[in-house]
Amino acid sequence: MQTIKLNTHISGRFNQELENLRNSVLTMGGVVEQQLCDAISALRDNNRGLAEKVVLNDIMVNNMEVQIDEECTRIIAKRHPAASDLRLVLAINKATTDIERIGDEVERIAKLILKGNLPVSEDIKNGMIATGNHVMEMLRQTLNAFARMDAEAAMSIHIGDQEIDEQYKQLLTQAVEEMRQDTDALPQWLEILWAMRSLERVGDRCKNVCEYIIYLVKGKDVRHISRHAMQEKLRELR
Amino acid sequence: MFDYFDLSRPEVDLDGLADEDIAIDVRDLSLKFGSKLALKDIRMRIPKRQITSVIGPSGCGKSTLLGCFNRLNDLTPGCEVQGEVYINERNIYHRKEDVAALRSRVGMVFQRPNPFPMSIYENLVYGLKIQGIRDRRTLDNAAEQALRDVALWKEVRDRLFDSALTLSGGQQQRLVIARAIALQPDILLLDEPTSALDPISTLTIEELITQLKEKYTVLIVTHNMQQAARVSDFTAFLHQGSLIEYSDTNRLFTRPKQQQTEEYITGRYG
Ligand SMILES: Nc1ncnc2c1ncn2[C@@H]1O[C@H](COP(=O)(O)OP(=O)(O)OP(=O)(O)O)[C@@H](O)[C@H]1O
Ligand SMILES: [Mg+2]
Repeated sequence: MQTIKLNTHISGRFNQELENLRNSVLTMGGVVEQQLCDAISALRDNNRGLAEKVVLNDIMVNNMEVQIDEECTRIIAKRHPAASDLRLVLAINKATTDIERIGDEVERIAKLILKGNLPVSEDIKNGMIATGNHVMEMLRQTLNAFARMDAEAAMSIHIGDQEIDEQYKQLLTQAVEEMRQDTDALPQWLEILWAMRSLERVGDRCKNVCEYIIYLVKGKDVRHISRHAMQEKLRELR
Repeated sequence: MFDYFDLSRPEVDLDGLADEDIAIDVRDLSLKFGSKLALKDIRMRIPKRQITSVIGPSGCGKSTLLGCFNRLNDLTPGCEVQGEVYINERNIYHRKEDVAALRSRVGMVFQRPNPFPMSIYENLVYGLKIQGIRDRRTLDNAAEQALRDVALWKEVRDRLFDSALTLSGGQQQRLVIARAIALQPDILLLDEPTSALDPISTLTIEELITQLKEKYTVLIVTHNMQQAARVSDFTAFLHQGSLIEYSDTNRLFTRPKQQQTEEYITGRYG
Protein backbone atom coordinates (compact mmCIF):
# COMPACT_ATOMS: atom_id res chain seq x y z
CA MET A 1 0.00 0.00 0.00
CA GLN A 2 1.29 3.41 -0.85
CA THR A 3 1.63 6.64 1.03
CA ILE A 4 -0.96 9.25 0.21
CA LYS A 5 0.19 12.50 -1.29
CA LEU A 6 -2.51 14.98 -2.11
CA ASN A 7 -0.59 17.47 -4.14
CA THR A 8 1.07 15.43 -6.85
CA HIS A 9 -1.67 15.35 -9.48
CA ILE A 10 -0.89 16.62 -12.93
CA SER A 11 -3.90 18.90 -12.56
CA GLY A 12 -2.93 21.73 -10.24
CA ARG A 13 -6.55 22.64 -9.74
CA PHE A 14 -7.43 19.17 -8.58
CA ASN A 15 -4.54 19.32 -6.08
CA GLN A 16 -5.97 22.58 -4.81
CA GLU A 17 -9.51 21.24 -4.58
CA LEU A 18 -8.46 18.23 -2.51
CA GLU A 19 -6.20 20.33 -0.32
CA ASN A 20 -8.98 22.84 0.31
CA LEU A 21 -11.43 20.06 1.05
CA ARG A 22 -9.12 18.50 3.59
CA ASN A 23 -8.39 21.87 5.18
CA SER A 24 -12.07 22.63 5.47
CA VAL A 25 -12.64 19.43 7.48
CA LEU A 26 -9.77 20.35 9.75
CA THR A 27 -11.18 23.84 10.19
CA MET A 28 -14.58 22.40 11.02
CA GLY A 29 -12.93 19.97 13.42
CA GLY A 30 -11.11 22.87 15.05
CA VAL A 31 -14.36 24.76 15.57
CA VAL A 32 -16.00 21.73 17.17
CA GLU A 33 -12.96 21.20 19.36
CA GLN A 34 -13.28 24.80 20.59
CA GLN A 35 -17.00 24.26 21.14
CA LEU A 36 -16.25 21.26 23.33
CA CYS A 37 -13.61 23.22 25.23
CA ASP A 38 -16.09 26.07 25.81
CA ALA A 39 -18.84 23.70 26.92
CA ILE A 40 -16.54 22.13 29.51
CA SER A 41 -15.42 25.54 30.78
CA ALA A 42 -19.02 26.65 30.97
CA LEU A 43 -19.84 23.55 33.00
CA ARG A 44 -16.91 24.10 35.36
CA ASP A 45 -17.56 27.80 35.91
CA ASN A 46 -21.30 27.64 35.52
CA ASN A 47 -20.88 30.25 32.79
CA ARG A 48 -24.24 30.72 31.07
CA GLY A 49 -22.93 33.28 28.60
CA LEU A 50 -20.35 30.84 27.29
CA ALA A 51 -22.94 28.05 27.10
CA GLU A 52 -25.16 30.34 25.07
CA LYS A 53 -22.33 31.03 22.66
CA VAL A 54 -21.82 27.29 22.17
CA VAL A 55 -25.50 26.83 21.29
CA LEU A 56 -25.38 29.70 18.79
CA ASN A 57 -22.16 28.48 17.17
CA ASP A 58 -23.65 25.11 16.42
CA ILE A 59 -25.47 26.69 13.48
CA MET A 60 -22.08 27.46 11.99
CA VAL A 61 -21.00 23.85 12.40
CA ASN A 62 -24.16 22.66 10.63
CA ASN A 63 -23.54 24.98 7.71
CA MET A 64 -19.96 23.81 7.45
CA GLU A 65 -21.16 20.24 7.12
CA VAL A 66 -23.49 21.17 4.28
CA GLN A 67 -20.77 23.04 2.43
CA ILE A 68 -18.27 20.21 2.71
CA ASP A 69 -20.89 17.72 1.53
CA GLU A 70 -21.60 19.85 -1.49
CA GLU A 71 -17.94 20.10 -2.36
CA CYS A 72 -17.55 16.30 -2.08
CA THR A 73 -20.46 15.85 -4.48
CA ARG A 74 -18.96 18.34 -6.92
CA ILE A 75 -15.57 16.65 -6.88
CA ILE A 76 -17.08 13.21 -7.44
CA ALA A 77 -19.18 14.50 -10.33
CA LYS A 78 -16.46 16.49 -12.03
CA ARG A 79 -13.21 14.72 -11.24
CA HIS A 80 -14.19 11.07 -11.04
CA PRO A 81 -11.67 10.45 -8.28
CA ALA A 82 -10.14 6.97 -8.16
CA ALA A 83 -8.24 4.88 -5.61
CA SER A 84 -6.83 6.94 -2.72
CA ASP A 85 -8.44 10.14 -4.05
CA LEU A 86 -11.82 8.44 -3.99
CA ARG A 87 -11.21 7.08 -0.52
CA LEU A 88 -10.19 10.55 0.63
CA VAL A 89 -13.40 12.15 -0.63
CA LEU A 90 -15.53 9.38 0.88
CA ALA A 91 -13.65 9.46 4.18
CA ILE A 92 -14.05 13.24 4.39
CA ASN A 93 -17.72 12.98 3.54
CA LYS A 94 -18.30 10.54 6.38
CA ALA A 95 -15.97 12.19 8.88
CA THR A 96 -17.86 15.43 8.37
CA THR A 97 -21.09 13.74 9.40
CA ASP A 98 -19.51 12.47 12.61
CA ILE A 99 -17.88 15.78 13.40
CA GLU A 100 -21.22 17.53 12.97
CA ARG A 101 -22.77 15.01 15.36
CA ILE A 102 -20.04 15.72 17.88
CA GLY A 103 -21.16 19.33 17.57
CA ASP A 104 -24.70 18.25 18.43
CA GLU A 105 -23.52 16.35 21.52
CA VAL A 106 -21.63 19.41 22.67
CA GLU A 107 -24.69 21.56 22.13
CA ARG A 108 -26.68 19.23 24.36
CA ILE A 109 -24.18 19.74 27.18
CA ALA A 110 -24.37 23.51 26.72
CA LYS A 111 -28.15 23.41 26.86
CA LEU A 112 -27.97 21.51 30.13
CA ILE A 113 -25.92 24.33 31.61
CA LEU A 114 -28.46 26.88 30.39
CA LYS A 115 -31.14 25.03 32.35
CA GLY A 116 -29.17 25.90 35.50
CA ASN A 117 -29.37 24.62 39.09
CA LEU A 118 -27.96 21.16 38.55
CA PRO A 119 -28.67 18.93 41.55
CA VAL A 120 -25.27 17.27 41.29
CA SER A 121 -22.46 16.86 43.79
CA GLU A 122 -19.00 18.31 43.18
CA ASP A 123 -17.83 14.74 42.58
CA ILE A 124 -20.18 14.20 39.66
CA LYS A 125 -19.41 17.58 38.20
CA ASN A 126 -15.68 16.95 38.43
CA GLY A 127 -16.19 13.52 36.93
CA MET A 128 -18.00 15.08 33.97
CA ILE A 129 -15.28 17.67 33.54
CA ALA A 130 -12.59 14.99 33.66
CA THR A 131 -14.43 12.87 31.09
CA GLY A 132 -14.92 16.02 29.01
CA ASN A 133 -11.22 16.79 29.08
CA HIS A 134 -10.49 13.22 28.15
CA VAL A 135 -12.75 13.23 25.08
CA MET A 136 -11.42 16.64 24.11
CA GLU A 137 -7.93 15.19 24.04
CA MET A 138 -9.24 12.28 22.00
CA LEU A 139 -10.85 14.65 19.50
CA ARG A 140 -7.66 16.68 19.22
CA GLN A 141 -5.60 13.56 18.54
CA THR A 142 -8.16 12.30 16.03
CA LEU A 143 -8.01 15.53 14.05
CA ASN A 144 -4.22 15.40 14.13
CA ALA A 145 -4.25 11.84 12.85
CA PHE A 146 -6.57 12.99 10.09
CA ALA A 147 -4.33 15.89 9.17
CA ARG A 148 -1.31 13.59 9.01
CA MET A 149 -3.27 10.64 7.56
CA ASP A 150 -1.72 8.52 10.25
CA ALA A 151 -3.40 5.12 10.42
CA GLU A 152 -1.20 3.88 13.26
CA ALA A 153 -2.20 6.83 15.45
CA ALA A 154 -5.84 6.31 14.47
CA MET A 155 -5.53 2.72 15.61
CA SER A 156 -4.23 3.59 19.06
CA ILE A 157 -6.81 6.35 19.53
CA HIS A 158 -9.46 3.81 18.59
CA ILE A 159 -8.21 1.43 21.27
CA GLY A 160 -7.99 4.29 23.80
CA ASP A 161 -11.75 4.79 23.65
CA GLN A 162 -12.05 1.89 26.14
CA GLU A 163 -10.86 4.23 28.90
CA ILE A 164 -13.62 6.71 28.15
CA ASP A 165 -16.20 3.92 28.22
CA GLU A 166 -14.78 2.90 31.62
CA GLN A 167 -14.90 6.46 32.94
CA TYR A 168 -18.48 6.81 31.73
CA LYS A 169 -19.54 3.63 33.49
CA GLN A 170 -18.08 4.80 36.81
CA LEU A 171 -19.74 8.17 36.44
CA LEU A 172 -23.04 6.46 35.78
CA THR A 173 -22.76 4.24 38.86
CA GLN A 174 -22.06 7.27 40.98
CA ALA A 175 -24.96 9.17 39.45
CA VAL A 176 -27.34 6.31 40.18
CA GLU A 177 -26.22 6.45 43.84
CA GLU A 178 -26.99 10.15 44.09
CA MET A 179 -30.28 9.84 42.23
CA ARG A 180 -31.52 7.35 44.81
CA GLN A 181 -31.13 10.02 47.49
CA ASP A 182 -32.77 12.67 45.37
CA THR A 183 -35.83 11.23 43.65
CA ASP A 184 -37.60 14.60 43.53
CA ALA A 185 -35.08 15.85 41.01
CA LEU A 186 -35.43 12.87 38.67
CA PRO A 187 -36.37 15.00 35.62
CA GLN A 188 -33.17 17.05 36.03
CA TRP A 189 -31.18 13.90 36.58
CA LEU A 190 -32.42 12.51 33.31
CA GLU A 191 -31.03 15.57 31.54
CA ILE A 192 -27.73 15.06 33.29
CA LEU A 193 -27.58 11.43 32.27
CA TRP A 194 -28.17 12.51 28.68
CA ALA A 195 -25.30 14.95 28.88
CA MET A 196 -22.99 12.29 30.30
CA ARG A 197 -24.04 10.01 27.53
CA SER A 198 -23.24 12.81 25.07
CA LEU A 199 -19.70 13.02 26.37
CA GLU A 200 -19.26 9.32 25.92
CA ARG A 201 -20.74 9.55 22.42
CA VAL A 202 -18.08 12.08 21.43
CA GLY A 203 -15.57 9.31 22.04
CA ASP A 204 -17.56 6.92 19.84
CA ARG A 205 -17.71 9.49 17.05
CA CYS A 206 -13.95 9.98 17.25
CA LYS A 207 -13.63 6.25 16.95
CA ASN A 208 -15.66 6.36 13.74
CA VAL A 209 -13.41 9.05 12.32
CA CYS A 210 -10.40 6.89 13.19
CA GLU A 211 -11.95 4.04 11.22
CA TYR A 212 -12.28 6.32 8.19
CA ILE A 213 -8.64 7.32 8.54
CA ILE A 214 -7.65 3.66 8.49
CA TYR A 215 -9.89 3.08 5.46
CA LEU A 216 -8.39 6.07 3.72
CA VAL A 217 -4.80 5.10 4.31
CA LYS A 218 -4.99 1.32 4.16
CA GLY A 219 -7.98 0.77 1.91
CA LYS A 220 -9.59 -1.63 4.40
CA ASP A 221 -12.90 -1.38 6.12
CA VAL A 222 -12.32 -2.03 9.82
CA ARG A 223 -15.78 -1.20 11.07
CA HIS A 224 -17.85 -3.57 13.14
CA ILE A 225 -15.15 -6.07 13.89
CA SER A 226 -13.58 -6.98 17.20
CA ARG A 227 -10.57 -5.05 18.35
CA HIS A 228 -8.49 -8.17 18.01
CA ALA A 229 -9.65 -8.81 14.42
CA MET A 230 -8.94 -5.19 13.62
CA GLN A 231 -5.38 -5.43 14.88
CA GLU A 232 -4.91 -8.61 12.87
CA LYS A 233 -6.22 -6.90 9.76
CA LEU A 234 -3.92 -3.93 10.21
CA ARG A 235 -0.94 -6.18 10.77
CA GLU A 236 -1.63 -7.79 7.39
CA LEU A 237 -1.67 -4.37 5.78
CA ARG A 238 1.57 -3.11 7.18
CA MET B 1 -19.96 -11.65 5.79
CA PHE B 2 -23.53 -12.04 4.52
CA ASP B 3 -24.47 -10.38 1.28
CA TYR B 4 -27.72 -8.55 1.91
CA PHE B 5 -27.74 -6.74 -1.38
CA ASP B 6 -26.93 -7.54 -4.93
CA LEU B 7 -24.91 -4.40 -5.52
CA SER B 8 -21.78 -5.28 -7.37
CA ARG B 9 -20.32 -8.58 -8.36
CA PRO B 10 -17.82 -9.82 -5.78
CA GLU B 11 -14.18 -9.30 -6.66
CA VAL B 12 -12.70 -12.19 -8.58
CA ASP B 13 -9.21 -13.46 -7.92
CA LEU B 14 -7.67 -14.10 -11.34
CA ASP B 15 -5.24 -16.66 -9.96
CA GLY B 16 -8.18 -18.66 -8.67
CA LEU B 17 -9.80 -19.14 -12.08
CA ALA B 18 -9.92 -22.65 -13.51
CA ASP B 19 -8.12 -23.33 -16.79
CA GLU B 20 -11.38 -23.88 -18.64
CA ASP B 21 -12.42 -20.31 -17.82
CA ILE B 22 -9.37 -18.87 -19.53
CA ALA B 23 -9.58 -17.68 -23.14
CA ILE B 24 -6.01 -16.50 -23.60
CA ASP B 25 -3.09 -17.67 -21.53
CA VAL B 26 -0.04 -15.49 -22.05
CA ARG B 27 3.13 -17.13 -20.80
CA ASP B 28 6.33 -15.16 -20.44
CA LEU B 29 5.73 -13.21 -23.60
CA SER B 30 8.42 -10.80 -24.76
CA LEU B 31 8.46 -8.92 -28.02
CA LYS B 32 11.13 -6.93 -29.79
CA PHE B 33 10.87 -4.53 -32.70
CA GLY B 34 14.46 -4.75 -33.90
CA SER B 35 16.43 -3.86 -30.80
CA LYS B 36 13.48 -2.24 -29.02
CA LEU B 37 11.93 -4.38 -26.33
CA ALA B 38 8.23 -3.52 -26.58
CA LEU B 39 6.82 -6.21 -24.27
CA LYS B 40 8.68 -7.68 -21.31
CA ASP B 41 7.88 -11.04 -19.83
CA ILE B 42 4.13 -10.66 -19.86
CA ARG B 43 2.27 -13.30 -17.88
CA MET B 44 -1.47 -12.90 -18.04
CA ARG B 45 -4.51 -15.15 -17.98
CA ILE B 46 -7.45 -13.54 -19.76
CA PRO B 47 -10.83 -14.93 -18.74
CA LYS B 48 -13.38 -16.26 -21.21
CA ARG B 49 -16.50 -14.24 -21.98
CA GLN B 50 -15.38 -11.36 -19.85
CA ILE B 51 -14.24 -7.90 -20.76
CA THR B 52 -10.63 -7.15 -20.04
CA SER B 53 -9.25 -3.70 -20.56
CA VAL B 54 -5.67 -2.70 -21.09
CA ILE B 55 -4.65 0.75 -19.92
CA GLY B 56 -1.36 2.58 -19.79
CA PRO B 57 0.45 5.61 -21.15
CA SER B 58 0.97 6.12 -24.87
CA GLY B 59 3.70 3.88 -26.24
CA CYS B 60 3.59 1.42 -23.32
CA GLY B 61 2.76 -1.50 -25.61
CA LYS B 62 -1.03 -1.84 -25.50
CA SER B 63 -1.56 -2.14 -29.25
CA THR B 64 1.46 -4.41 -29.50
CA LEU B 65 0.00 -6.71 -26.85
CA LEU B 66 -3.32 -6.96 -28.69
CA GLY B 67 -1.41 -7.59 -31.91
CA CYS B 68 0.12 -10.69 -30.33
CA PHE B 69 -3.24 -12.36 -29.95
CA ASN B 70 -3.90 -12.57 -33.70
CA ARG B 71 -0.23 -12.53 -34.66
CA LEU B 72 -0.62 -9.22 -36.37
CA ASN B 73 2.86 -8.20 -35.26
CA ASP B 74 4.28 -10.96 -37.46
CA LEU B 75 3.66 -8.60 -40.34
CA THR B 76 6.13 -6.07 -38.93
CA PRO B 77 9.65 -6.65 -40.25
CA GLY B 78 12.17 -7.12 -37.45
CA CYS B 79 9.53 -8.22 -34.96
CA GLU B 80 10.69 -11.05 -32.75
CA VAL B 81 8.47 -12.86 -30.26
CA GLN B 82 9.49 -15.02 -27.33
CA GLY B 83 7.23 -16.99 -25.07
CA GLU B 84 3.85 -18.56 -25.65
CA VAL B 85 0.25 -17.51 -26.10
CA TYR B 86 -2.31 -20.24 -25.59
CA ILE B 87 -5.75 -19.92 -27.12
CA ASN B 88 -7.99 -22.98 -26.92
CA GLU B 89 -5.13 -25.00 -25.49
CA ARG B 90 -2.93 -24.31 -28.49
CA ASN B 91 0.15 -22.16 -28.55
CA ILE B 92 -0.63 -19.79 -31.39
CA TYR B 93 3.07 -19.14 -31.86
CA HIS B 94 3.65 -22.78 -32.69
CA ARG B 95 5.22 -22.97 -36.15
CA LYS B 96 2.32 -25.07 -37.47
CA GLU B 97 -0.37 -22.59 -36.40
CA ASP B 98 -2.78 -21.64 -39.22
CA VAL B 99 -2.58 -17.88 -38.94
CA ALA B 100 -5.46 -17.15 -41.34
CA ALA B 101 -7.79 -19.38 -39.32
CA LEU B 102 -6.54 -17.74 -36.14
CA ARG B 103 -7.41 -14.29 -37.46
CA SER B 104 -10.94 -15.34 -38.30
CA ARG B 105 -11.43 -16.45 -34.68
CA VAL B 106 -9.75 -13.40 -33.22
CA GLY B 107 -11.33 -10.27 -34.66
CA MET B 108 -9.72 -6.87 -34.37
CA VAL B 109 -10.80 -3.27 -34.53
CA PHE B 110 -8.01 -0.77 -34.92
CA GLN B 111 -7.18 2.49 -33.24
CA ARG B 112 -7.95 4.44 -36.44
CA PRO B 113 -11.07 3.47 -38.40
CA ASN B 114 -10.05 1.60 -41.54
CA PRO B 115 -13.05 0.75 -43.70
CA PHE B 116 -12.19 -0.94 -46.96
CA PRO B 117 -12.62 1.33 -49.99
CA MET B 118 -15.85 -0.32 -51.04
CA SER B 119 -19.52 0.04 -50.19
CA ILE B 120 -20.83 -0.09 -46.64
CA TYR B 121 -22.58 -3.33 -47.45
CA GLU B 122 -19.51 -4.93 -49.01
CA ASN B 123 -17.45 -3.99 -45.96
CA LEU B 124 -19.83 -5.94 -43.76
CA VAL B 125 -20.10 -9.09 -45.85
CA TYR B 126 -16.52 -9.15 -47.12
CA GLY B 127 -15.28 -11.57 -44.47
CA LEU B 128 -18.32 -13.81 -44.77
CA LYS B 129 -17.85 -14.05 -48.53
CA ILE B 130 -14.23 -15.04 -48.01
CA GLN B 131 -15.51 -17.78 -45.72
CA GLY B 132 -17.53 -19.01 -48.69
CA ILE B 133 -20.98 -17.78 -47.72
CA ARG B 134 -22.88 -16.76 -50.88
CA ASP B 135 -26.53 -16.87 -49.86
CA ARG B 136 -27.88 -13.37 -50.40
CA ARG B 137 -30.43 -13.62 -47.57
CA THR B 138 -27.82 -14.77 -45.05
CA LEU B 139 -25.47 -11.98 -46.04
CA ASP B 140 -28.21 -9.33 -45.90
CA ASN B 141 -29.34 -10.47 -42.47
CA ALA B 142 -25.81 -10.57 -41.12
CA ALA B 143 -25.16 -7.06 -42.42
CA GLU B 144 -28.36 -5.65 -40.95
CA GLN B 145 -27.87 -7.35 -37.58
CA ALA B 146 -24.29 -6.12 -37.30
CA LEU B 147 -25.37 -2.58 -38.16
CA ARG B 148 -28.15 -2.70 -35.60
CA ASP B 149 -25.73 -4.01 -32.96
CA VAL B 150 -23.52 -0.96 -33.34
CA ALA B 151 -26.47 1.43 -33.60
CA LEU B 152 -25.65 2.41 -37.17
CA TRP B 153 -28.59 0.87 -38.98
CA LYS B 154 -30.88 3.88 -38.89
CA GLU B 155 -28.16 6.18 -40.15
CA VAL B 156 -27.09 4.11 -43.14
CA ARG B 157 -30.02 1.90 -44.15
CA ASP B 158 -30.74 4.16 -47.12
CA ARG B 159 -27.18 4.33 -48.36
CA LEU B 160 -25.84 0.81 -47.91
CA PHE B 161 -24.26 0.88 -51.34
CA ASP B 162 -22.46 4.19 -50.92
CA SER B 163 -18.74 4.05 -50.35
CA ALA B 164 -17.85 3.45 -46.71
CA LEU B 165 -15.35 6.29 -47.02
CA THR B 166 -18.24 8.78 -47.23
CA LEU B 167 -19.16 8.02 -43.61
CA SER B 168 -18.06 10.32 -40.80
CA GLY B 169 -15.17 9.19 -38.59
CA GLY B 170 -17.47 8.00 -35.84
CA GLN B 171 -19.70 6.17 -38.28
CA GLN B 172 -16.65 4.52 -39.84
CA GLN B 173 -15.55 3.31 -36.42
CA ARG B 174 -18.92 1.77 -35.75
CA LEU B 175 -18.83 0.19 -39.21
CA VAL B 176 -15.52 -1.54 -38.58
CA ILE B 177 -16.80 -2.84 -35.26
CA ALA B 178 -19.85 -4.15 -37.11
CA ARG B 179 -17.55 -5.73 -39.70
CA ALA B 180 -15.66 -7.59 -36.95
CA ILE B 181 -18.86 -8.74 -35.25
CA ALA B 182 -20.40 -9.98 -38.51
CA LEU B 183 -17.77 -12.73 -38.52
CA GLN B 184 -18.76 -13.89 -35.04
CA PRO B 185 -15.24 -14.41 -33.74
CA ASP B 186 -14.45 -16.03 -30.37
CA ILE B 187 -12.29 -13.16 -29.28
CA LEU B 188 -12.69 -9.53 -30.14
CA LEU B 189 -9.76 -7.14 -29.84
CA LEU B 190 -10.73 -3.48 -29.71
CA ASP B 191 -7.97 -0.91 -29.89
CA GLU B 192 -9.36 2.46 -28.74
CA PRO B 193 -12.72 1.76 -30.34
CA THR B 194 -14.34 4.99 -29.25
CA SER B 195 -11.55 7.54 -29.43
CA ALA B 196 -13.17 9.17 -32.44
CA LEU B 197 -16.73 9.09 -31.15
CA ASP B 198 -19.01 11.60 -29.46
CA PRO B 199 -20.05 10.83 -25.86
CA ILE B 200 -23.44 9.38 -26.76
CA SER B 201 -22.08 7.08 -29.50
CA THR B 202 -19.38 6.14 -27.01
CA LEU B 203 -21.99 5.03 -24.50
CA THR B 204 -23.80 3.12 -27.24
CA ILE B 205 -20.61 1.27 -28.12
CA GLU B 206 -19.89 0.61 -24.45
CA GLU B 207 -23.36 -0.83 -24.05
CA LEU B 208 -22.73 -2.97 -27.11
CA ILE B 209 -19.43 -4.19 -25.69
CA THR B 210 -21.15 -5.15 -22.47
CA GLN B 211 -23.64 -7.23 -24.45
CA LEU B 212 -20.92 -8.78 -26.58
CA LYS B 213 -19.47 -10.50 -23.57
CA GLU B 214 -22.32 -12.98 -23.58
CA LYS B 215 -20.80 -14.50 -26.70
CA TYR B 216 -17.26 -13.22 -26.98
CA THR B 217 -14.16 -12.65 -24.98
CA VAL B 218 -13.47 -8.95 -25.36
CA LEU B 219 -10.18 -7.13 -24.95
CA ILE B 220 -10.29 -3.38 -25.09
CA VAL B 221 -7.46 -0.91 -25.13
CA THR B 222 -8.51 2.51 -23.96
CA HIS B 223 -6.97 5.79 -22.92
CA ASN B 224 -10.15 6.65 -21.14
CA MET B 225 -9.82 5.26 -17.64
CA GLN B 226 -13.45 5.86 -16.81
CA GLN B 227 -14.28 3.78 -19.84
CA ALA B 228 -12.10 0.94 -18.59
CA ALA B 229 -13.73 1.27 -15.18
CA ARG B 230 -17.21 1.33 -16.69
CA VAL B 231 -17.06 -1.54 -19.13
CA SER B 232 -14.43 -4.00 -18.06
CA ASP B 233 -14.44 -6.84 -15.57
CA PHE B 234 -10.66 -6.97 -15.39
CA THR B 235 -8.05 -4.35 -16.00
CA ALA B 236 -4.41 -4.65 -16.92
CA PHE B 237 -2.04 -1.74 -16.44
CA LEU B 238 0.98 -1.72 -18.74
CA HIS B 239 3.96 0.54 -18.32
CA GLN B 240 6.97 0.56 -20.62
CA GLY B 241 6.21 -2.92 -21.87
CA SER B 242 5.76 -4.48 -18.44
CA LEU B 243 2.53 -5.65 -16.89
CA ILE B 244 2.51 -3.68 -13.65
CA GLU B 245 -0.82 -4.76 -12.28
CA TYR B 246 -3.64 -6.94 -13.51
CA SER B 247 -6.71 -7.53 -11.41
CA ASP B 248 -10.43 -7.22 -10.95
CA THR B 249 -11.47 -3.78 -12.23
CA ASN B 250 -13.32 -3.05 -9.00
CA ARG B 251 -10.16 -3.61 -7.08
CA LEU B 252 -7.76 -1.85 -9.42
CA PHE B 253 -9.75 1.37 -9.42
CA THR B 254 -10.36 1.48 -5.67
CA ARG B 255 -7.35 -0.22 -4.08
CA PRO B 256 -4.54 -0.73 -6.54
CA LYS B 257 -1.60 -2.65 -5.14
CA GLN B 258 1.18 -0.89 -6.99
CA GLN B 259 2.23 2.70 -6.50
CA GLN B 260 2.66 3.11 -10.28
CA THR B 261 -0.93 2.06 -10.91
CA GLU B 262 -2.14 4.43 -8.22
CA GLU B 263 -0.24 7.30 -9.80
CA TYR B 264 -1.53 6.56 -13.27
CA ILE B 265 -5.21 6.16 -12.44
CA THR B 266 -5.31 9.18 -10.16
CA GLY B 267 -3.58 11.38 -12.73
CA ARG B 268 -0.26 11.94 -10.98
CA TYR B 269 3.26 12.28 -12.26
CA GLY B 270 4.75 8.86 -12.83
N1 LIG C 1 6.44 -1.32 -36.16
C1 LIG C 1 7.17 -0.87 -35.15
N2 LIG C 1 8.49 -0.74 -35.26
C2 LIG C 1 9.23 -0.27 -34.24
N3 LIG C 1 8.74 0.09 -33.06
C3 LIG C 1 7.42 -0.03 -32.88
C4 LIG C 1 6.56 -0.51 -33.91
N4 LIG C 1 5.30 -0.51 -33.44
C5 LIG C 1 5.38 -0.04 -32.18
N5 LIG C 1 6.64 0.24 -31.83
C6 LIG C 1 7.10 0.74 -30.53
O1 LIG C 1 6.69 -0.16 -29.52
C7 LIG C 1 6.21 0.55 -28.38
C8 LIG C 1 4.78 0.17 -28.08
O2 LIG C 1 3.93 0.67 -29.10
P1 LIG C 1 2.38 0.47 -29.07
O3 LIG C 1 1.84 0.92 -30.39
O4 LIG C 1 2.06 -0.91 -28.64
O5 LIG C 1 1.96 1.49 -27.92
P2 LIG C 1 0.51 1.83 -27.33
O6 LIG C 1 0.54 1.50 -25.89
O7 LIG C 1 -0.53 1.18 -28.16
O8 LIG C 1 0.46 3.40 -27.50
P3 LIG C 1 -0.77 4.38 -27.88
O9 LIG C 1 -1.57 4.51 -26.66
O10 LIG C 1 -0.10 5.65 -28.25
O11 LIG C 1 -1.52 3.75 -29.01
C9 LIG C 1 6.40 2.03 -28.69
O12 LIG C 1 7.59 2.46 -28.13
C10 LIG C 1 6.45 2.06 -30.20
O13 LIG C 1 7.24 3.13 -30.64
MG1 LIG D 1 -1.97 1.92 -29.50
